[in-house]
Amino acid sequence: MRSFAYQRAADPSAAIQALAAADAGNNPLTEAEIQPLAGGTTLLDLMKLDVMRPRAIVDINPLSPAWATVSLENGNLRLGAMVRMADVAANPEIQQNYPVVADSLKLAASAQLRNMATLGGNVLQRTRCTYFRDVSYEACNKRNPGSGCAAMDGFNRTHAVLGTSDKCIATYPGDFAQALIALDASVDITGKSGTRTIPFAQLHKAPGDTPQLETMLMPGELISGFTIRGRWPRSAYLKVRDRRSYEFALASAAIALDVQDGTVRDARIALGGVATQPWRARGAEAQLKGQKFDDALAERAAETAFEGASARRHNEFKIALGKRVVARALHQAVTMEI
Amino acid sequence: MDDKTNPRSLSAFNRRSFLAGAAGGAMFPLAARAAGSATSTIPSTQDPTLPVPVTLRVNGHDNSLNIDARTTVLDALREHIGLTGSKKGCDHGQCGACTVLIEGRRVLSCLTLALSAQDHEITTIEGLSNGERLHPMQQAFIDHDAFQCGYCTPGQIMSAIACVKEGHANSDEDIREYMSGNICRCAAYPNIVAAVKQAAPEILSG
Repeated sequence: MRSFAYQRAADPSAAIQALAAADAGNNPLTEAEIQPLAGGTTLLDLMKLDVMRPRAIVDINPLSPAWATVSLENGNLRLGAMVRMADVAANPEIQQNYPVVADSLKLAASAQLRNMATLGGNVLQRTRCTYFRDVSYEACNKRNPGSGCAAMDGFNRTHAVLGTSDKCIATYPGDFAQALIALDASVDITGKSGTRTIPFAQLHKAPGDTPQLETMLMPGELISGFTIRGRWPRSAYLKVRDRRSYEFALASAAIALDVQDGTVRDARIALGGVATQPWRARGAEAQLKGQKFDDALAERAAETAFEGASARRHNEFKIALGKRVVARALHQAVTMEI
Repeated sequence: MDDKTNPRSLSAFNRRSFLAGAAGGAMFPLAARAAGSATSTIPSTQDPTLPVPVTLRVNGHDNSLNIDARTTVLDALREHIGLTGSKKGCDHGQCGACTVLIEGRRVLSCLTLALSAQDHEITTIEGLSNGERLHPMQQAFIDHDAFQCGYCTPGQIMSAIACVKEGHANSDEDIREYMSGNICRCAAYPNIVAAVKQAAPEILSG
């Protein structure tokens, strides 16, 4: 690990001031010379791998507990960015009213990592693409813009089939983000000029020609919280992976439904493990709305969810697997007791 | 080695006390006795090439160190304080061998900066026993032969204690799920599950 200067921010304004001192110019935020440290589970890992090389670290852990509150008021859920994953997964009210949120966190990482990682850091976690994480591969457009993509013709079994570009096929690895995007969550971003709120769906960027630009955050900006409007008791997160526990998704689905008398009034579907960014399947949702639910409808929606999917040599199976995951998760959400 | 860095006087000779004692002179070149770091003021390090004073509270004892800002809790424990029970497996947060409790929560000491862990109570495998009397989870691992090579065992035991206290040791399935962050290359998993089950009631009632 390269050496860095360390400072601990006493409060949000100190943190923002310290982070904003890094004038990144046109560089991506992930390359900024000053990085915030929360749970550290991504940052320290990638610093040990020499993938991230900050010259200074601003420890924002003192922002807990101010930014670590959970509130469920007026039918809306507000989650502070510094809440640890495990604390949301274990919250009985969230388990009851937002099972897709609780399950997406419970099924991620390990108990230790969930105790450490914050919600804000979780949605910003970096891809697990082997060629990104190993600096001995020179070609990585995300890590080394313009250098090419070693994954294109490498072992790309875990790579994305949706939202890819000819520059990058790295999978977005997170689970919680799928619950957020499915439920139309908003994200609060705090910076020098105060706090602004944007749809969570606008936080992450498609790789396109600039896979090094992963989010629209600017230096000096921190995620301060998330809001989900309404309650979604009929919701579920289904995650399929190589191991039963402690593994990233090969394919996952976040589902939230409003079903009355067998008819789907509202449907939300997001896909994990198969796309380059948190992925909402709006076409599939449209197919379900207003329809009587049955397995044939679920299968048609699953087909629609993967329209336009594009596989490389080793990840073709993800398209078939992903469709089955969507259909099964829909079935699970429709039949669950609430 | 001063008594600040020696959490417990071990009455019987064993390999660990020998290693810690023998290496004492060489292992603590940066140990600062009077750096004024008993206060809770967190230093800002503007020059990354300089060591920083850090006080870590481990198993009820304060340890004042002068360390590189890059030092993790795991390396501080093993290389500076002389507590080698917490193990370095992957050093990337994937294997669980380095699991310790910070404020009673199980975390990975290899992904925690020592600087971040100041002002927090750290508990390691060395802090579990009551004199010669083992913690119920330690005893249960022996009773059920829940290890072979033993390298992952300190992390398994720290994680298992937290698993029980979190309320996640109610079934075999629960234990397997909530212990999945601790990898055992010898695959002692069935015996680990049995050990956790045995110790759980005693820990919860104690």
